Amino acid sequence: MKVLVTVKRVIDPYVKVRVKSDGSGVETANIKMTMNPFCEIAVEQAVRMKEAGVVTEIVVVSVGAQQSQETLRTAMAMGADRGILVDAGVDVEPLAVAKLLKAIIAKENPQLVITGKQAIDDDSNQTGQMISALMGWPQATFISTITVNGDTADVTREIDGGLEKLTIKLPAVVTSDLRLNEPRYVTLPNIMKAKKKPMEVIKPDALGVDVTPRLKVLKVQEPPSRSAGVKVADVKELVAKLKNEARVI
Amino acid sequence: MSVLVLAEHDGKQLKPGVTNMLTAAAKLGDVTVLVAGTQASEAAQAAAKVAGVKKVLLTEAPIYEGSAAENLAALVLTIAEQYSHILGPASAFGKNVLPRVAASLDVQQISEISAVESPDTFVRPTYAGNAMATVQSSDRIKVITVRATAFDPAGEQGAAPVENLAPGPDLGLTQYKGSELSKSERPELTAARIIVSGGRGMGSAENFKLIEALADKLGAAVGASRAAVDSGFMPNEYQVGQTGKIVAPELYIAVGISGAIQHLAGMKDSKVIVAINKDAEAPIFSVASYWLVDDLFKAVPELTKELSS
Ligand SMILES: Cc1cc2nc3c(=O)[nH]c(=O)nc-3n(C[C@H](O)[C@H](O)[C@H](O)COP(=O)(O)OP(=O)(O)OC[C@H]3O[C@@H](n4cnc5c(N)ncnc54)[C@H](O)[C@@H]3O)c2cc1C
Repeated sequence: MKVLVTVKRVIDPYVKVRVKSDGSGVETANIKMTMNPFCEIAVEQAVRMKEAGVVTEIVVVSVGAQQSQETLRTAMAMGADRGILVDAGVDVEPLAVAKLLKAIIAKENPQLVITGKQAIDDDSNQTGQMISALMGWPQATFISTITVNGDTADVTREIDGGLEKLTIKLPAVVTSDLRLNEPRYVTLPNIMKAKKKPMEVIKPDALGVDVTPRLKVLKVQEPPSRSAGVKVADVKELVAKLKNEARVI
Repeated sequence: MSVLVLAEHDGKQLKPGVTNMLTAAAKLGDVTVLVAGTQASEAAQAAAKVAGVKKVLLTEAPIYEGSAAENLAALVLTIAEQYSHILGPASAFGKNVLPRVAASLDVQQISEISAVESPDTFVRPTYAGNAMATVQSSDRIKVITVRATAFDPAGEQGAAPVENLAPGPDLGLTQYKGSELSKSERPELTAARIIVSGGRGMGSAENFKLIEALADKLGAAVGASRAAVDSGFMPNEYQVGQTGKIVAPELYIAVGISGAIQHLAGMKDSKVIVAINKDAEAPIFSVASYWLVDDLFKAVPELTKELSS
């Protein structure tokens, strides 16, 4: 079975993000970029399924600027077979990403699409669900296990109250949660090998998709900061403060 | 303006956060609440009594068992065109269903809003809450998920009418195979007035008993960092953070948690934050109202004891 995995290039999760002084967005110049951690988990899952003989081919797709080719190369170093960059020049909104993916799915005919549950930059948590809706396919979001059985898959989802189990018909879209797996580190020989894997670059126009944003960002601001706290010497002082000053206990 | 709100419930009661979402909804226009499930009439009655609700639509059918994202989205789509706004909670439930509705309507969803500026303009956190974006939507219907902690809960009113709404199509795409829900006598994490959370510093699942004892003394809920969940100390539903639950209790006590950006994203809007950590440089102290530099294995039992006296 063929699997399609989506990956997004984002600011590294351990970088302290700074809002630009003109309120137009966040600083991205000279900032460390990386593959969205949830996408990494999605790629890892596909690779493990290939290693287990369930998957025959892994196609990895990114929508964004030219630099997203690096992210696709990383995915190929992890084990994906080929990459497709939809060169939109900039990041586009989830709805447009889902439409682009729909066009690619029509050409590639995968049995399974794996996306990350959210990208840690925009925190939208939409793309997988939207692809699934546009395709009219089943979806299983926030999964922590998946087992493919012929033309269905059994999945466990992480939900607010605990875990939920579903059986979904294939083709389907699933989105990865943190505990699905622990992604491997890429090795130098695999990075070298990945350089030779095929990479296709397409423009959104060629897929017939209008990526004009629907949301206009009017401004971006720092969140309100918390007022400075107090160090307490011991448990007794802490309890006194909570009772008499904060009055929360 | 007419607003449709998709309620999250357990059949009997509305989930915590729904009344907060209804406060956001009331700012946008006349509110209709859709309560759908296998059995949902009690929850529908509860929704009818929330201030600002003009009408409740009740749909009961076996096809809404479990999370049922596909069938629920299809149900919403049967009436979506009548509304200017469609709202759902920014919970695992709402995040699962609403993007399907949005994509089917050819609308760009606005995720997890924390403020309503006008009927088309909203504030939403991005980058783990480190950049608050004000966005204006040009879509004909606004599909929105709401961050509960950013809005006060709506009050009560005399019951609004409850009408039956016929079930939507059964798409038959997924089969619900059951769930494992954590049962606890303690308050639910997202509804608790006080939360005691433990991190990797707890060292083991066994040691979380110290957290639980303190929580019980305070009538608090228990939370955890991702590291504590990944290490198997606590189940996934306890995770607080950017990719876990967003909480804002009156008192949040973080024990053996370093304070990574992703954890802070889930709790830094708490009213009072207490941090207990043996590392005097721990980043959690930057958001703490009160902090104690001490070994948790000494400080936590002491704190539980002090509260008993
Ligand atoms: C994509 C992504 C999503 C993430 N989502 C989340 C999320 O939703 N929630 C979340 O919490 N994290 C999340 N993380 C992980 C986050 O980056 C941190 O790794 C995690 O929060 C660390 O957990 P911790 O503070 O318990 O562990 P650590 O960072 O290891 O901190 C343990 C702390 O315990 C203290 N300690 C140890 N022993 C003692 C003792 N005896 N007494 C007192 N103090 C002690 C130490 O000084 C240290 O400060 C995410 C990361 C990524 C990349």
